[in-house]
Amino acid sequence: MPLVQDIEKIRSDFPILSQQVYGKPLVYFDNAATTQKPTVVIDAISEYYREYNSNVHRGVHFLSNKASKAFEDVRVQVQQFINAKHVHEIIFTRGTTEAINLVASSYGRRFIGKDDEIIISEIEHHSNIVPWQMLCEQVGAKLRIIPALDDGTLDFEAYLKLLNQRTKFVSITHISNTLGTIVPVKDFIDAAHRWNIPVMLDGAQASAHTEIDVEVLGCDFYSFSGHKTFGPMGIGILYGREELLNAMPPYQGGGEMIQDVSFTKTTYNNLPFKFEAGTPNVGDVIGLGKAIAYIQQLGLPYIAEREKNLLDYLTKRLLETGNITIIGNAPEKTSVVSFLIDKIHPYDAGTIIDRFGVAVRTGNHCTQPVMDRYKLPGTIRASLAFYNTEEEIDILIAAIEKVKEMFY
Amino acid sequence: MKIEETEKEIISEFEMFDDWLDRYNYLIEMGKSLHVIDAKNKSETNLIHGCQSRVWLHAEFVDGHIHFTADSDAVITRGIISLLIRVLSDRTPDEIIHAKLEFIDAIGLTQHLSPSRSNGLTSMIKQIKLYALAFKAKEQV
Repeated sequence: MPLVQDIEKIRSDFPILSQQVYGKPLVYFDNAATTQKPTVVIDAISEYYREYNSNVHRGVHFLSNKASKAFEDVRVQVQQFINAKHVHEIIFTRGTTEAINLVASSYGRRFIGKDDEIIISEIEHHSNIVPWQMLCEQVGAKLRIIPALDDGTLDFEAYLKLLNQRTKFVSITHISNTLGTIVPVKDFIDAAHRWNIPVMLDGAQASAHTEIDVEVLGCDFYSFSGHKTFGPMGIGILYGREELLNAMPPYQGGGEMIQDVSFTKTTYNNLPFKFEAGTPNVGDVIGLGKAIAYIQQLGLPYIAEREKNLLDYLTKRLLETGNITIIGNAPEKTSVVSFLIDKIHPYDAGTIIDRFGVAVRTGNHCTQPVMDRYKLPGTIRASLAFYNTEEEIDILIAAIEKVKEMFY
Repeated sequence: MKIEETEKEIISEFEMFDDWLDRYNYLIEMGKSLHVIDAKNKSETNLIHGCQSRVWLHAEFVDGHIHFTADSDAVITRGIISLLIRVLSDRTPDEIIHAKLEFIDAIGLTQHLSPSRSNGLTSMIKQIKLYALAFKAKEQV
């Protein structure tokens, strides 16, 4: 795969990018919230509904067989994408949030009890905080928080001190959606495993930017979302190690998760179906398969290099502009830049930047503890993907200049 | 002056600007000149949730009219608040309850009205109307 790709060709794969907003070309810098979808994904979903919409695993008829095969093929594709050992370790969920809730509810309620401790970090987004808080309230466990350092990295030494015989679970983010920090998760996993503590990674921000190898990482659970991976909304992945998934009770009842039902006893289906109650989101699973194929065709090394160049250019231009504070300066960072224009509220800045056709996110990015940690009212966040360009960054910089002119 | 008349006045002020930038500049000016809320009223209980920026709204009921003061940490939000206060402050509860607030659409602020959890205008209007309902109920007791 050549490292130099034709950016215009890539952009033409994403129909939404060619539109205008407020009479200006759309600049989409909100990829951490959701990514845009290539035509192959949009077409695959439409083709499924037009040509072989059918319930899976239930019929013997032609359409059901075709849908079931397409659906299960994606499971294999995901297994290979993250290098899981077994295909039945891949569970389809609605997204990262549901995957974390599944583990917190199912694993948590069976294996975590009163006065046990669960470790998360200070840079988690709400989806990797609230399910654990809810579990703690239900079973009487305690949440322990790995502090963040000023540059947005996690304090590894402090983490080591948090680990003890009461620690029953660690759940941390792979990449921070607010600060861009790439957490050296392998070190965190290895340290937990020395205490035999299982580790879950929240990969919501990782799947679109970096290679994921659950075997190399050694994590026990991994989760990511289709819509942040150039695929459809409403579909996500939970990976879990076979032994752990087998030991866990079902999360919801009904549909494919059942083997035999009588009014006296119900036996549950095998993995992965045990955790996939009800009719699954077949069309979006098929769309996710196409998104993964698209990423693989482009190549994650290409994506990583392209995004690194964009990140460096954006950082350089912001700092040249002046009056800018970048929040999150970890040495290992993905293409997410949170910043403040001195003395200007992010909402004010975002309102004006929007009128230049530039989509940035403003606010707390569903990470209120991060805002508390750095004492911020929120930030402006530009999160880039491989289809963004240096010219688009120049448009953002021009918008920032205008903001300064208007508010200073 | 009736609510509708104040609204018309605002609409014609905004019609003077062709450019969106000028409209925002006007909002920013109004935001900067908003008469700030009494510090003791900038409290946690007066904080409106659901705003991407923080908004404090204080209401006083005097002689059958509700007097509003407010503040925000974002200037554009303050500009919008100052418009709301100009239209809705020192009105009777009934006037406020029945206000249609068509000026918001007319001056192109609709994008701030999206029913989003990050957006404050909807919450501000809701809160103002809730005050009106509450004071009306109190009045009838």
